[in-house]
Amino acid sequence: METSRDDFVIAIRSAFLKKQNQQRFSLFGLIVFSLLILILGGFNFKPVNYLKLAIKEIAYRSTFIVSVPEKFLEEKYQTAQDHINLYNASMRNELELKDLRAKDLLNDFLVLENQRLKMIVEDYLVESDRLYAKVLSDKNSPFLKSVIINKGSKHGINLGAVVKDKEYLIGKIIEVNYTTSRVLLLSDINSKIPILIEPQGLLSILSGSGDKDGEIQYNKVENIIEETSIAYTSGVGNLFKAGIPVGKITKNDIRSLNAKVEFFSDFSQLKFVEVLFFERKISE
Amino acid sequence: MKLKNKELKKKLLRQVPLILLFISVLNNFDFNYLGLKYFSFNFSYILIFYFSLKRSYSLGYTYIFIAGLFNDVVNGSPIGMSSLMYLFLCGVAAYLRLITLRTSLFKDWIAFISAILILNSLFFIIVNLFFDFEISFINQIVNIFFTSLLYLLFSSIFNFFVDSSNAR
Repeated sequence: METSRDDFVIAIRSAFLKKQNQQRFSLFGLIVFSLLILILGGFNFKPVNYLKLAIKEIAYRSTFIVSVPEKFLEEKYQTAQDHINLYNASMRNELELKDLRAKDLLNDFLVLENQRLKMIVEDYLVESDRLYAKVLSDKNSPFLKSVIINKGSKHGINLGAVVKDKEYLIGKIIEVNYTTSRVLLLSDINSKIPILIEPQGLLSILSGSGDKDGEIQYNKVENIIEETSIAYTSGVGNLFKAGIPVGKITKNDIRSLNAKVEFFSDFSQLKFVEVLFFERKISE
Repeated sequence: MKLKNKELKKKLLRQVPLILLFISVLNNFDFNYLGLKYFSFNFSYILIFYFSLKRSYSLGYTYIFIAGLFNDVVNGSPIGMSSLMYLFLCGVAAYLRLITLRTSLFKDWIAFISAILILNSLFFIIVNLFFDFEISFINQIVNIFFTSLLYLLFSSIFNFFVDSSNAR
């Protein structure tokens, strides 16, 4: 018994404390160092933050280069998929286009009328600046749904800036570095945004599910949400400009109590995004 | 000249695991674009465990530590977290290497499963308790499941690679 315990201690000591050939540090030393970085990072210790910034600048650029082969494969896969679905998609689009052309005529009038009314109640955010950024890396890890873009504080990006893919909201800036930034996607489990569900006019919170879609939370009158409903940003708290389309309601997951939102934008296909800044406009 | 080329080839082959490690942390091989809802795995865990167990000189601890820092930055997890996990995995592999006389894939696999179960629990506890970070249980379980399953496949591939590089 005594001997086996001694063997265990010797093996552990040898595994963790002994430096092997060509090793500068022991495993134990590096574990202690990692713990130290982790703890100091938790307390926002400045040297650790500088280290983080330096690694970010190197890692984000390298990620872009390293992911080129995988992106190439991904593109080829998508092209093949598009070819397979081409005929059906074309027929569907033609029908949709006819419908949209009719709606568009009415839409212009409503937009102008809405802007005028909002300016009267001093609740109108206008776009003050806009930047286009390239997506360097899309890290859809199980732990974080985010993308890294090639614009940072050098280009005037601030925390909380709205990020769109064409006309659709995809997330907001949560981390700004000198030449890069991280966008937290709406599908991330930590993303919570105020939305307005139309045509019912319900205010609610949209949370990411950690998967491809989102979930509507804190909605007391869930039953009246229909599958044809659309989620827009509500503009509550001035986090986002009101009226940016987010996604459409689907209730296909019967296991979930909350209604699901299928985002308009496909987050796995992001190449270029728009970063927008808003300021409040008051009618004169 | 021929001898020099051979030496260079040998040196390059030696660095392959390290290159693979840095590629895997900078660009997670997750095959997201296939659109599979429940599929993700941690290639770095498999790589680190295998090479720490079979060819400990291929991946230096310092490089593993640096790779962990890069992984944290890319994935957005607290800095130092992945390094800690990777080094613990190295510790388990080193301990196993020391106490094992006759190696078998099955025993290695069981040890790997136990190690990643403990590591992921540790990761979950630290991130939840100290960093106020939400993680989906299902995603983590799926990740553990496929990582443990794919260990068998990748270890066979690595075995083949190691054998063929030794033959040269």
